[in-house]
Amino acid sequence: MVKTRLIPVLYIKNGLIVRSEDFSYHQNIGNIINEASRYNEWNVDELIYIDISRTDEYDLRRDDHKIKSYSSKQEIITEIARVCFMPLSFGGGIRSLVDIDILIKSGADKITLNTAAFENPQLIKESALKYGSQAIVASVDYRKINSEAIVFTNFGQTNTGVKLLDWVIELEKLGAGEIFMNAIDRDGKACGYDTETIGQVVDASKLPVIACGGAADEYDFVDLAKATKVSGIAAGNMFHFTERSYPRAKQTLKKNGINVR
Amino acid sequence: MIGIINYGMGNLSSVKNALDYLSIPNILVNNPDEINSCSKLILPGVGAFGLAMHNLHELKFIDSILEFTQVKQKALLGLCLGMQLLFDSSCEHGTHNGLSLIKGVVKNLNDSVKNLPVPHMGWNQLIETNKSTLLKEVVKEEQIMYFVHSYYCCASNKEQVTAQVNYEFNFDVMIESNNIFGCQFHPEKSQKSGLQILKNFAQV
Repeated sequence: MVKTRLIPVLYIKNGLIVRSEDFSYHQNIGNIINEASRYNEWNVDELIYIDISRTDEYDLRRDDHKIKSYSSKQEIITEIARVCFMPLSFGGGIRSLVDIDILIKSGADKITLNTAAFENPQLIKESALKYGSQAIVASVDYRKINSEAIVFTNFGQTNTGVKLLDWVIELEKLGAGEIFMNAIDRDGKACGYDTETIGQVVDASKLPVIACGGAADEYDFVDLAKATKVSGIAAGNMFHFTERSYPRAKQTLKKNGINVR
Repeated sequence: MIGIINYGMGNLSSVKNALDYLSIPNILVNNPDEINSCSKLILPGVGAFGLAMHNLHELKFIDSILEFTQVKQKALLGLCLGMQLLFDSSCEHGTHNGLSLIKGVVKNLNDSVKNLPVPHMGWNQLIETNKSTLLKEVVKEEQIMYFVHSYYCCASNKEQVTAQVNYEFNFDVMIESNNIFGCQFHPEKSQKSGLQILKNFAQV
């Protein structure tokens, strides 16, 4: 049987890794390539990079290591792919099949589509036809409004008024290979996963579901894995600040009988 | 020198990155003449079986690969679709002949898997069925590899199968027959265990 994946999510803003809270506050964490090497050392199952830059300006600041600055997404991906030997997903700011071609050529195994998927659903269809569904991850951000999960786009700013479950079913029909769901209300809040909604999405879709948003510690991973049949457990912030958090989380999951690597 | 055959099927850079990281000398082989400078070959590949064989024909790789493996008896490793191409035939979108370096056929997972999603995607535990040169120094607990595929290989001679995987049923995911090797998973995406497999192939 396929293992449940534990997936660090890294947010890139203007060439730096940042910590995210409520999709609006971002704190600089560090250099992209150093972080990539660190995660490779931790033997992670998969990495998801989301570029949340609002402009196309890149500046990977020099730190104590001699690292040249990178001028584009392609360059960043190319460098990450040189030091990472696990599946790599990239998302953020993708609007066209040409964007997707460039990212995959640079070394991305999968790309994630969020706002573009909503505004141009054909892009999911076309990219899945070209690269196979397994390469196309549909990313969905949602907030709870009157206890109903509603899809938001544009970095969580635009309320689409569309129900999460309806959109997930549509994404599956369009040919997406995976669902990456993110609870905006829980982003950076360390309040635990939204197991109820995650469970509903897992039950509603045949696709593997990766869930993100709210993890405070490894016991939140255990709770989520026990409560739902989620395929991937994703978290961003907690892996940045806790020493050896990833390998420790894996051990805790294993001890609790969860089928992980 | 390991040659990575470039025949327009998927991204070869991840295989090249892994070999570079391991300091294993390698080149991308863009035409059949360049095969002569290689001591081993890797046949990677992502995509459809029929198109892959079409491209190998068009680029005149088939005879060179057969000479390399059958006459010169040098080692070839097929990865993912590259492993499937080593077989006699595949039923992916019609029936297509393969390289016939391994007896057997490639079948659709959808015909056998009823309750799990296809493609078979993610990390799965290998079941070693025969002694594998490529799994040397990879202990059982670490024989967990990254898979992405919708078709699977079915070897006629199970003695050539060195590992299987379970996804509702058991199927062949590693083969080894003298100088011919194959992995259905992606060693270049399977972290330390996968890199060890590539290292082992370099030392065959």
